[in-house]
Amino acid sequence: MSTSTLTRKKSINNIAVHKKPVNWRRVGAWALVAVAVAVTVAPFLWMLRTALSTNASLASNASNLLPADFNLGAFKRVLGMQSPEEAIAEGGSGAAINFWLYLRNSVIFATVTTAGQVFFSAMAAYAFSRLRWPGRNVVFSLFLATMMVPPIFTALPNFLMIKNLGLLNTFAGMTLPFLFMTPFAIFFLRQFFLSMSREVEEAAMLDGAKHLRIFFQIVLPNAAAPLATLALLTFIGQWNEYFWPLLVGQDESVRVLTVGLGVFKSQSPQGAPDWTGLMAATLVAAIPVLLLFIAFGKKVVNSIGFSGIK
Amino acid sequence: MTTLTKQQQDPAARAGLPKAGKPARRSLTNRLGDMKVALFFIFPAMIGFVLFYLVPTIRGVYLSFTEYSILGEPTWIGIKNYSAMLGDELFWNAMAVTVQYVGLNIGFQTVIALGLALLMHRVAKSTFIRGALLLPFLVANVIVALLWFWMLDYQMGIVNEIISWMGLPRIAFFGSEQWAIPTIAAVNVWRHMGYTALLLFAGLQSIPNHVYEVASLDGASPTRTFWSITMPLLRPVLVLVLVVTVIGSFQVFDTVAVTTAGGPINASRVIQMYIYQKAFGESDFGYASALSVILFLILALVAFVQMKFLKGNESDLD
Repeated sequence: MSTSTLTRKKSINNIAVHKKPVNWRRVGAWALVAVAVAVTVAPFLWMLRTALSTNASLASNASNLLPADFNLGAFKRVLGMQSPEEAIAEGGSGAAINFWLYLRNSVIFATVTTAGQVFFSAMAAYAFSRLRWPGRNVVFSLFLATMMVPPIFTALPNFLMIKNLGLLNTFAGMTLPFLFMTPFAIFFLRQFFLSMSREVEEAAMLDGAKHLRIFFQIVLPNAAAPLATLALLTFIGQWNEYFWPLLVGQDESVRVLTVGLGVFKSQSPQGAPDWTGLMAATLVAAIPVLLLFIAFGKKVVNSIGFSGIK
Repeated sequence: MTTLTKQQQDPAARAGLPKAGKPARRSLTNRLGDMKVALFFIFPAMIGFVLFYLVPTIRGVYLSFTEYSILGEPTWIGIKNYSAMLGDELFWNAMAVTVQYVGLNIGFQTVIALGLALLMHRVAKSTFIRGALLLPFLVANVIVALLWFWMLDYQMGIVNEIISWMGLPRIAFFGSEQWAIPTIAAVNVWRHMGYTALLLFAGLQSIPNHVYEVASLDGASPTRTFWSITMPLLRPVLVLVLVVTVIGSFQVFDTVAVTTAGGPINASRVIQMYIYQKAFGESDFGYASALSVILFLILALVAFVQMKFLKGNESDLD
């Protein structure tokens, strides 16, 4: 028996060896992969290279791959560690960029919306998957149907409502539309809750546990992985959100980084924009997402196939 | 990963029908089941749904039949907004610009993403490479827009440096009427190609291997295998991905807002930019609402066409 397996293995190997000459194809394919990766990654390196240059020497060294006149001035300017005079001397607008404030606002906005959305969507998903009640499927279909409504369509009426409630330029106004649910989040979690076994739940019920306890002590801990994935995707999406904060959170006190970057760009003098400052700012604004991606990249990548239904 | 295709193959699961067993229908308590508890659990989501999805949808349709300048009350004017649209050159221009953008964006994005997905499927399955390709998608639109605004700068941008180094004339990418939309489309292709490739890659993964084995036993060439096996079997996923991306790209805004703000002249004023300017620039909420109703209808039509395509493809894997 062992000999036959051996021969079979050998013959498989032979086939593999036999096919080797075609490998030029693979080399070509790998070259294409390398080009694709270079095309996606190189611009980020260019961003870093620009941020580490000075505006003055940027023009004369436009195509030099290394930073032109290496220095950290642009980062200092963005982080508010430079006096206005210094900033103007280095090509900045001289206007204060409240980077730390925008950063704080972005953290508040993204964290609050993510926490609320994931938690309340989990509650709803529990009702849609683990509880039996009349009308469950009708209500769920109704929720799902709203996935079809484009954000721009609800944005105008939502803006009017937030305005009428007097919540323009408040965190409440910025977070409320995202706080309670998205159809996608409910759908996403319901899929996982449906696949959980009922046995643990039933045992807990026999012990007299109520739904709240089952939800908190059984369902949520068991769904930690999908909950974390959803939270990650939601956080990245919220961190990058531009349109709604642009409408509702224009005021300096609640302005988030994405909106702040847009303002920063338009503040730049038309003749010679503060490119190094702009690139330093975009890079620093991207850092939280980049860190999350380095830490949980696999999770994000593997969840994309799922989120395709979005 | 395989969920993507499962979704389409099993309409019952998608619609959320109960898997097995009929609910017992004996007493009233039984029939209501966990109604009370369910109401508690669904309450917050219900607030969000009603306040920020259901009511705005209805209100948006209502506002489209009114004249409303945010100050004062909306006045009912019937279909006047819609009839005004017929003679509104800027509306037709925005439509044409948007369609041009969607065509360029989707055309290039799909072909490139399909190529990348095949590459990932055949040679490079590593998470690292997939992650690298996904990177632009994770960064905010605003950041991507600013990055390319710099790289495509007429004077000092690296792309124009390379172009002039090759002896060609520099291009005012964002500043010329003819280049603005193709440039914005290209930037967004760059941002989304990795994401789209991953979706298609997930679809490729779900094609059973034995189909390929049979084909290679029959001596089919790679080209033949691609057109006779991969494409037909991938079609449901491809159509789904296409619809998701078409719907997304019809709503392009961030990149335009940060780079050209609709200019030069009207060259890149896409429909969402026009809605934004009507509502917040001119305070014409009634007309802006009518515009977004039209956009909504277009997107619904796209989705409807998708359904038809998907139905026609259901038997492909049998």
